[in-house]
Amino acid sequence: MSALARPGTDLRVALFATCFNDTMWPDTLKATVRLLERLGCTVEFPQAQTCCGQMLTNTGYGAKALPLVRRFVDVFEGYDAVVAPSGSCVGSVRHQHRGIVELAGDDRLASRVEHTVPKVLELSELLVDVLGVTDVGAWFPHRVTYHPTCHSLRMLRVGDRPLQLLRAVRGIDLVELPGATECCGFGGTFAMKNADVSVAMGSDKARAVVGTGAEVLVAGDNSCLAHIGGILGRQRAGVRHLHLAEVLASTEEDPA
Amino acid sequence: MTTTTPGPVQQTSLVFVGMPKFPTAAREALANTQQRRNLRHATHTIRDKRARVVAEVPEWEALRVAGAEAKDEALAHLGDYLEQLEASLTANGATVHWARDAAEANAIVLGIVRDQQVDEVVKVKSMATQEIELNEALEAAGVNAWETDLAELIVQLGHDRPSHILVPAIHRNRSEVRDIFRREMAAVGRPAPEDLTDEPARLAEAARLHLREKFLRAKVAVSGANFAVAETGTLVVVESEGNGRMCLTLPETLVTVVGIEKVLPRWDDLAPMLQLLPRSSTGERMNPYTTMWSGAHDGDGPQDVHVVLLDNGRSHVLADRVGRQALRCIRCSACLNVCPVYERTGGHAYGSVYPGPIGAVLNPQLRGTTSEVDKSLPYASSLCGACFDACPVRIDIPELLVELRGRVVEQEGRTAESAAMAAAAWVLSDPKRLAAAQRAATTAGRVIGGRTVRAVPGLGAWTDARDVPTPPTETFRQWWARERGQGSR
Ligand code: SF4
Repeated sequence: MSALARPGTDLRVALFATCFNDTMWPDTLKATVRLLERLGCTVEFPQAQTCCGQMLTNTGYGAKALPLVRRFVDVFEGYDAVVAPSGSCVGSVRHQHRGIVELAGDDRLASRVEHTVPKVLELSELLVDVLGVTDVGAWFPHRVTYHPTCHSLRMLRVGDRPLQLLRAVRGIDLVELPGATECCGFGGTFAMKNADVSVAMGSDKARAVVGTGAEVLVAGDNSCLAHIGGILGRQRAGVRHLHLAEVLASTEEDPA
Repeated sequence: MTTTTPGPVQQTSLVFVGMPKFPTAAREALANTQQRRNLRHATHTIRDKRARVVAEVPEWEALRVAGAEAKDEALAHLGDYLEQLEASLTANGATVHWARDAAEANAIVLGIVRDQQVDEVVKVKSMATQEIELNEALEAAGVNAWETDLAELIVQLGHDRPSHILVPAIHRNRSEVRDIFRREMAAVGRPAPEDLTDEPARLAEAARLHLREKFLRAKVAVSGANFAVAETGTLVVVESEGNGRMCLTLPETLVTVVGIEKVLPRWDDLAPMLQLLPRSSTGERMNPYTTMWSGAHDGDGPQDVHVVLLDNGRSHVLADRVGRQALRCIRCSACLNVCPVYERTGGHAYGSVYPGPIGAVLNPQLRGTTSEVDKSLPYASSLCGACFDACPVRIDIPELLVELRGRVVEQEGRTAESAAMAAAAWVLSDPKRLAAAQRAATTAGRVIGGRTVRAVPGLGAWTDARDVPTPPTETFRQWWARERGQGSR
């Protein structure tokens, strides 16, 4: 790659791994590190980090998430850029942390939250807005369809950034997913508490995915992918799912 | 009244008493394949239409803000505006009544009907009168209430419940409508023609003929109102069919039941509202019929005009800092039409005349969270956010759902879930505890060794239809420590 293709040089980025990815999908995080380093960034992983608290907040236990918000700020406030390969967790940080702290009435923490959360970006935001790249030098010679997850779409408003990135991938055969903006039905604890509706929504999404003839379903949230992918797997549909980061990290030398 | 005194919480209605919790009712609805298809078709059609006509308006966002602001202004000084409304209406020759709850409102309407010595009323489609179950109350007193909105007529003739705010018979298709007309019309008036087909024009014609004799005969009409302007004492009904206008102009007596949150401060506030409502609800640029009346006018329309201002739990909602935004709702039903949950379950599972996303936040506030269904409604959403984007008055329904979940949790006290969440919070608040907990996952990952997991004891809700992601043998945290050492803090 040329020097020009290393727009991240001099940028120090903190990786917010998110507890789910850390525990269940380390490959996504390794891919994120590989990708950002390839683009010249210095990636740090502050090991005192844990979780954004979204599961607690969205299930009705927002008060219990306060220590997690405090920890999040303690860990990340010193960085200029924080990135996570999860629209959902970044959505929680940017849209819920203020409210949790406000409710607790902690003004000092509130101003630290105010200072920290705007610097927390979803992967496609960091790449397109901060690094200013859409061609990240990836190679992925497969038929792919992309599902924009709800929180990246309607909380973070990432728009078509992920698609801009995917379109620039060499060898990719990117096909549009019909009804793409419709929710897949994961919804965190919704997937368990309203399992029937969740599966009904997921089945329609899976049907749309299969209809595209894609062999790989890509999204920016592993939780949604586990849900749709879980249904596709049960159907032996012949579609695998992969996080956006892994596609963007993929190269001829090191394919995903 | 002051705007901060919590009023009575609405009583859970008789019609919906004993409704099961949402997931149970939803399971049954999901199995109704005809309804699934009808709903999918109808919601997608309206959804696409709405998207097209909203996209035509470059200042849509500014209109949404203006609409929300007008509503917020009204709600912030609700007591004052209601008194102004009462004064304007009274000056215009209308009689204003105040009803704390459904029982009071029904008694007021029944009293007016009795004064006129009639045994029937024609009705304009109205959510407020459905909320208070006026038809049932009138029927119990020997008064027939004829619904005249086409879809409401279908629901009424079918002895059914509405499943949508705007299109209450959305769960029915044409051939079902024909069957209902043929079976039921004769018992309550002019029968449907023998050779009725399921062509929309023929169905509309049958309804028109059936209703016409009721319009011409009725002495009393009952309506709701979309808006009530405090400044001028003007009531507004927005509709598509013209049946509403028949009711609003032909009878001698007109009774309008208006939720107190329908008040708008000024005449000019109608400007954003009348642009927002039709595009959001039917996907039309402008609705065919907008009827406005300000009291009674000599020789023009009903001479005996009554307005019943209805609380029924609303001041309770108003007292709530986060919850009060739900009172901005103009019942356009855009949130229903874009909701992926509603699209699959339909409205009945919500156990109220207010279904879908707005129902999921309004019912638990109006009625409290004591019944099984009301307790489950805040969870009847994947929090996908489509409702907020569609809402013409910017009600942040996902935020409200999360807030209401917190209240249900608080009310339920200690449960297995709260214990699990407390444990999760404890684990997640410390990286060492998290790392220890992660070892269970990686141990499982090593045991499973990359095979596909199709069943896990206790996880049936997930594994019934979905494979389980296989845990890795090493977490990212472990990998980083191994690969990069303790290099980073
Ligand atoms: S909540 Fe908003 S979108 Fe839903 S019916 Fe009310 S005004 Fe319309």
